[in-house]
Formats: sequence, C-alpha cells, structure tokens
Amino acid sequence: MEDMSQYPLELTGADVPMVRFMNVTKRYGALTVLDDLSLDVAEGEMVTIIGPSGSGKTTVLRMLMTLETINGGVIYVDGKPLTHMPKNGVLVPADAKYLRRARSSIGMCFQHFNLFPHMTALQNCMEGPVQVLGLSKREARERSEELLEMVGMIDKKDQHPSRLSGGQQQRVAIARALAMRPKVMLFDEVTSALDPEVIGEVTNVIRRLVSEHNLTMLMVTHQMGFARDISDRICFFYGGKIEEQGPPDDLFGNPRRDRTKQFLSAVKEAD
Amino acid sequence: MQWSWEFTYEIMPRMLWATLNTLMAAGIGYAIAVVLGLVLALAQRTPYRGLTLVVREVVEFIRSTPLVLQIFFVYYVGPQYGLNLSPWVAGMIAIGLHYASYLSEVYRGGIESVAKGQWEACTALNMTPMKTYFRVIIPQALPPSVAGMGNYLVGIVKDTPMLSVIGVAELMHAANAIGGQNYRYLEPYTIVGVVFLMISLPSAGLIRAFEAWVRRKLGMR
Repeated sequence: MEDMSQYPLELTGADVPMVRFMNVTKRYGALTVLDDLSLDVAEGEMVTIIGPSGSGKTTVLRMLMTLETINGGVIYVDGKPLTHMPKNGVLVPADAKYLRRARSSIGMCFQHFNLFPHMTALQNCMEGPVQVLGLSKREARERSEELLEMVGMIDKKDQHPSRLSGGQQQRVAIARALAMRPKVMLFDEVTSALDPEVIGEVTNVIRRLVSEHNLTMLMVTHQMGFARDISDRICFFYGGKIEEQGPPDDLFGNPRRDRTKQFLSAVKEAD
Repeated sequence: MQWSWEFTYEIMPRMLWATLNTLMAAGIGYAIAVVLGLVLALAQRTPYRGLTLVVREVVEFIRSTPLVLQIFFVYYVGPQYGLNLSPWVAGMIAIGLHYASYLSEVYRGGIESVAKGQWEACTALNMTPMKTYFRVIIPQALPPSVAGMGNYLVGIVKDTPMLSVIGVAELMHAANAIGGQNYRYLEPYTIVGVVFLMISLPSAGLIRAFEAWVRRKLGMR
C-alpha cells in the first residue's frame, strides 16, 4: 500500500497549479501505462501532449476526466484532490459523490465527438446546463446559442448529428463542453477522425479559444504544426513517462533527447 | 361434422367479448412486463454485485421454467401462505413477471449496443447515473429493442390461453366452455385460431413501421 500521508490534503501557496499529477501510476493488469507521472499545468496554460501510440498520452486526459481510475499517486485540480478525498486527515480514494463535485470544473472533447444522436445540436449543448447545472431552459438556450455562434454552427443548431459532417460535429461538441463553463478543457485527438479538408475548421475554433479565453487546456494531437503554433508547452511522452518537455520552439526546433528526435523526424516523414 | 354458420353467429358475441378479455390480459400483462423488465435490466447494472447476481439468477430461473407452472404456482401456492389472489390478479402477476424477465434481456442487449463514448460523454458533462440512463442511454437503446419487444408482445398475446387453466375468461376459456356446453368444438376453436391469426399476421409489419417511427422521432437514422 502506498503511504498516503506524503500527499497534501490541499495544495496551498502562491502558485497553485490548475492541474497537478503527483506520482501518478496507471496499470492495466501487468502493463504499466503511466509510470510515476508528475506534471503541473498552470492556470491558463495550453499544454500539448505528443508521442507515439501506446505512450500513455490519451490515458493522461482520461484519468483527468475520471474516465479511468489510477493505481498510484494523486491528481489535484484547482488545488483540491480529484482522485481522492480527505477523510480523517488523509486522502482516501474518492467516492462517486465526491467525484461528481470534483470533476465539475473539467470538460472534454473526444476523438469521435460522442454527441448525443437523438438530440439536435442545440439540445446537445443545452443538456448539461439544464440537467446538471440546473439552468432554466431560457438561460441554457442563450448560453448554447452564443457558443454555437462562436464555433460557427448557429445555422445548423436544429440539425441532428447524423446530418452534420465530422468537422461540424466536433465544433458542436466543443460548444457542448464549453457550455458547462469548465476551468480545464481536454482535447483528445479531436482532429484524428476528421477528413483532412475539415481539420482546419476545428483547429481554428481551438485557436480562438486559446487567444480569447483564459482556459487551461490539455491537448493530445498528431497535428504537430498546430501544436507548435498554439501551445505554451509540449510534453513528449514515451513509454509512460515524460521523455522531454519544453516550449514548442525548443522542443520542435532543438530536441535534446534521441527518442524525441527520432519521433519528430518519423512524424515529419509521414507528413 | 359439418361447419355450422348458424352456430358460429350464435357464439360470436361471446367470442368477441372473450377476445376483448384476451386483449386486455395481454395489454395489462405487457404493461407490467415493459416496466418491470426495465427494472430487472437496470438492477443488473448497479455497482452492487450481490444485487446483480440475485436478479440474474431470478431472471434465469423464470426463463427456464414453464409459464403454466408459474401461473399455477402464483394462483394455488399463494393462498397456502395467506395470499389469496383472484385469477386475473394472479394471472397478470405470473405472465407479467414471465415476460418481464424476457424483456429485461431485450433491454440489456439494447443498452449494451449503445456506444461506450456516450457513457463517457455523460461523465464529461458530469451527469448523474440516473440522468445518464433516462436522458441518454435508454432513448438510444430503444430503437434496437423495438423488434424484440414487438416479438414478445405477439408472444404474450399467444400465451394468454394459458391463463384459462386458472379460469381467466379469455378466448380459450370461452371456447372450451362453449364447446363443452354444446358438444361442438369445431367452430369455437376455429374462431380462436382465426382471431390469433388476425392479431399475429400484421404484427411483423407494424413492428417494423413502429421501429422506423421511433428512429425518426429520435432523429436517428
């Protein structure tokens, strides 16, 4: 058993990160996907995770969304533990009720959009605000229409997802996540399932988010040029660990580790 | 023996009345099964392993034993424990429970056919398990369940004659009574057959139409 007393019940001080992974380990059976990961993301920071498949990068986002449990360590969001809750002065694994409150500041967009097929674009965006946040229909509609406007989908608001292209669905999915007013947004390979000609419409929405909003964002992507343009920091994952991290120009322009160089040149060739 | 139209006309009112009872028995039984089936299906998906196991076994047990035994059991064993039920009530409990266990399997299949990403989207929107089921999962589990639900609706109609064994005045019961009183079984039994045929034959088409309607209604293709 891990000694939980080494983990604070709450992060305090002047520079509390928006997200902190502290010695986080994730295993699937005998396979260790993430090995003793420690990573801080500051408020308003845009961090992009790159790396070969199987390096654990998507798992980082899924753990933060509480879609995966963790086998060791603690994740903190906004100074408070996410995966654990304080009980009698130590951290114990969070129960369902605690998890629901703790993850309310996190939003996520998925590779395959995961829009609700039986609802229109507008209904998709209103669902969370009405059913979870308890907003009135009118308030939720105003908020949703504003966001659909921002992602350029207002004229399709009454369409069901089956009538929308992948790029359009992903833009609605971004609006749906934003309608919950999260502090942290997670983008999990949001352009990977898209046809090349519509990738730009989704990346442009994310560009706007970065420049106009003070959201904390974590992104997993294969779009290296896009990642370089908009990220504050790039983390290169290899074998469940952060192999190298730094500002985009350093990491892409002057990688120090051999594995990073190999990966980047392999990606460049594929482009 | 010759077919007698005169006798046919004579027993028609009674047979039609019995048909209404058959439809009512099937309708009530099915309504119980639709709701209780959902309860049985959801009870197998809670985090409580013990509950899942017990419900699984109960469903398996009901599905593996004959309906007629269950009808007898509720009607005749009940009173020995002070539970006196009228034929109708006992019959509805037995047939409702029986078909609930079948429908729970239909629902289970429907729920399992909903993409994993839908559950994850609900988590990402921080929805409660209750809202996740009733707002997102069940509406999508419905279209793939309609065909199975329709088949069991036809099934329950065709199984209502079993209620005659405890004296529910449905079609089979009426036909038996008429036959016994007049020593003529040809006409009443033929009418029973024709009535069931008239209910069953168009049902396949109606079920398909209903399924298409549900999909359209939910905006799914």
